[in-house]
Amino acid sequence: MKSLLRTSVAAVVALTLTTFSAAAENVLKWGAQRDVVSLDPYSYGDTFTIAVLNHVYEGLVRYDEKLQIAPALATSWEVVSPTVWRFHLRKGVKFHNGAPFTADDVIASLIRVSDPASPLRGNLPAYKGATKVDDYTVEINTTPNYPLLLNDLTNIVIFDKEWLVANHAEAPTDVGKGVEGYATSHANGTGPFKILSRKPDAETVFEVNKDWWDKPKHNIDKIIFTPITSSATRVAALLSGEIDFTNSAPLQDIPRLQASPDIKVLASNELRTVFFLFNRTDKTIASDITDKNPMNDIKVRQAMYQSIDIDALQKKVMRGLSRNTGSLIAPAIPGYVDALDSRLPYDPDAAKKLLAEAGYPNGFSFSFVCENDGYVNEEEICQAVSSMWARVGLKANLDVAPTSLQTAKFESGKFDVGILGWANEPMIDSFSILVQVVHSKIDTSGVFNWGGWKYPEVDALIDSAGKELDREKRLGFQTQALTKVKDDIAFLPLHQQPMAWAMGPKIESIVQLTDNKPRFWLTMMK
Amino acid sequence: MSVETQATKTPDAPRFARLRAFLDGDLAHGFFHTPSAVISALVLLLIALTAIAAPLLSPQNPYDLTQLFLDKAELPPIWSAGGEAPYLLGTDVQGRDIFSAILYGSRISLMIGFASVIVSVLIGIAVGLTSGYIGGRIDNFLMRVGDLVLSIPTLLVAILVSAIFRQLLPVSLRDAFTPVILTTSIAITSWVQYARIVRASTMVEARKEYVLAARILQLPSSKIMVSHILPNVMTAVLVTATLNLGLAILAEATLSFLGVGMPVTQPSLGTLIRIGNQYFFSGSWWVVLFPALQLSLIILAVNLLGDWLRDALNPKLR
Repeated sequence: MKSLLRTSVAAVVALTLTTFSAAAENVLKWGAQRDVVSLDPYSYGDTFTIAVLNHVYEGLVRYDEKLQIAPALATSWEVVSPTVWRFHLRKGVKFHNGAPFTADDVIASLIRVSDPASPLRGNLPAYKGATKVDDYTVEINTTPNYPLLLNDLTNIVIFDKEWLVANHAEAPTDVGKGVEGYATSHANGTGPFKILSRKPDAETVFEVNKDWWDKPKHNIDKIIFTPITSSATRVAALLSGEIDFTNSAPLQDIPRLQASPDIKVLASNELRTVFFLFNRTDKTIASDITDKNPMNDIKVRQAMYQSIDIDALQKKVMRGLSRNTGSLIAPAIPGYVDALDSRLPYDPDAAKKLLAEAGYPNGFSFSFVCENDGYVNEEEICQAVSSMWARVGLKANLDVAPTSLQTAKFESGKFDVGILGWANEPMIDSFSILVQVVHSKIDTSGVFNWGGWKYPEVDALIDSAGKELDREKRLGFQTQALTKVKDDIAFLPLHQQPMAWAMGPKIESIVQLTDNKPRFWLTMMK
Repeated sequence: MSVETQATKTPDAPRFARLRAFLDGDLAHGFFHTPSAVISALVLLLIALTAIAAPLLSPQNPYDLTQLFLDKAELPPIWSAGGEAPYLLGTDVQGRDIFSAILYGSRISLMIGFASVIVSVLIGIAVGLTSGYIGGRIDNFLMRVGDLVLSIPTLLVAILVSAIFRQLLPVSLRDAFTPVILTTSIAITSWVQYARIVRASTMVEARKEYVLAARILQLPSSKIMVSHILPNVMTAVLVTATLNLGLAILAEATLSFLGVGMPVTQPSLGTLIRIGNQYFFSGSWWVVLFPALQLSLIILAVNLLGDWLRDALNPKLR
């Protein structure tokens, strides 16, 4: 009896103590619009996934608070020759499992990311190979005079070689093709947080890495990351204090959130431009025109362009918060010039005339692939545009589903019209969209060339830019390439999308940059 | 009075006498003296009529994308400030007239509800009669299949079936076939109840004298099942079917709310609620409230009617 009493007292005391320590911990509860596609940052070129995993994994260099390139796992670097860069690595860095960080890890990671099966190889387009000089020095070989290696390396994160080998995870995974591996559900990086637990689509818990090499500018002990797809539920969760932060506050709810004294909203334009893609192969995917592909006719593409009432879209669907654009890149992205930004006027009558001239006076039907958890108000955009197209006789068979389903359709080219948003991250240069989206699918180029468009002249311009160290000349090539693509209406640009974060009373300060990436290693809680 | 005349006119139909007595006598009398039953029947009738006449009554065809205008999006109901004719109950974020969308949406909801109940009743009767009349191994097999279906949650099966069908169909046909897919997926999860009821009653009826008489006459089994046993087991089926109509409508709404049902381009009530749910916090309450009210009204009316029918046809309660 006595011992029972003692045990129960001990239990009560222990319970009180744990509650106390839990209360003393700073736990940040993050409600996102969707889950990360994988814990493997190489498994899909998705900015959001990489942004989340940047808390766990780091690259040789990183962007600082001003979006300038700063040392991370490399402390310094020099250009040895036009094709060779030498990096000096930081000493004393440890992975989350305690293994030391050395040159072997860098080499293994570069081999993994540049594997022909790696979906992220397009993020390192100029990479030719890497050699270990000593334990803390590596040399990276590139195509001659490649200007943007450091920008690329900001998000080529470093894995632990022994961990990869021990878990047979040397080969990259691929979300789009359904290739999974150990790294899909496990993580071992050098970053400020480590993964404590993960339940896909339910909850991922991050714990502070006390052995982080950098001096922490945050006071967070734990991050609980929960995907909440329904925007209304997300807002309710924030208002009730169930979450402390969301990186995706629904535009229509911003006034309501701002009116709440405890909630702070950070809204601004981000770098991401949203545009439509066309299937440019010989065959349509799901259309009543089967003998040829109408999308290959510039008149058809122009008709689709001119039948979109972008002002109504901006005002109603985007709540006046998006920036209408004729350009594929945001003004802040190098390579942008004002001339790129002019839009063809909204003119449904002209659109009808163009369709008639192209031989489709009664329009035609086609598949229109959209996601419902990707870009800001994406489903609403696609619906609204479908009805605008319907008014000129174009029947869009709208296929809306979560990103996880649609990615596979995009990567296999199973769409007639699709949607893509490109932020030019992590490069923050228009070379990113040019080499990854616009370029034909050759080697590491054109990884996102989902519709099979081919512009040899533009490819040549992009290739020239890729070996031009003179910044002005390089940007000249890139602007020319963007102009040619614009003149042919290869894509149908809509707007630079707004970003809206909202946070509850527990968050003291947070850093929001135009790349729309939450950085909790720079976040203070009360 | 009419009972007698009819009975004398058709003396060879004693087996219909019980049913007819209900309809002409007690049942009708009970119905008109149960206000909840009368009101729910009237409400259902009104909803069904307006749903059928939707193209005539609604100012806009919400399925016709050319009639949706973004500049008329998110207008409040006509009686609030900013409301505009002819958008009686306001519009949603795509400029869809809520009133029209509700009429068209009810049409789909009721259609899928009725169709799936009819399909599941037909399957249930076929399985139940066979099982109960023939018995033996066939009975065992059919009932184990039923157990299997019952052991998996209805909604899960429905989601699975509709997901599989949607993947199999080409994109261009998907929208057109969605009502059929939904009907099928709801029906194949709810036939077991009817099968069990019909089987139990069939086993009882099969031992009665009139069935024995029919067998002595060497009538084929199919004829005995359909024209002799079936009329006598229909009462219980009718009650269950009425009560299940509400569940079927609700199942469709749930599937659409979850995003695996009717597409946004031809919204059912569930789809409308899903759309409206996103705009609840922003102050556009009308987008979600009115479709939700309509759905509740339909379900309530069907359930009240079903409850009354169950009581009225239950010999123990009379």
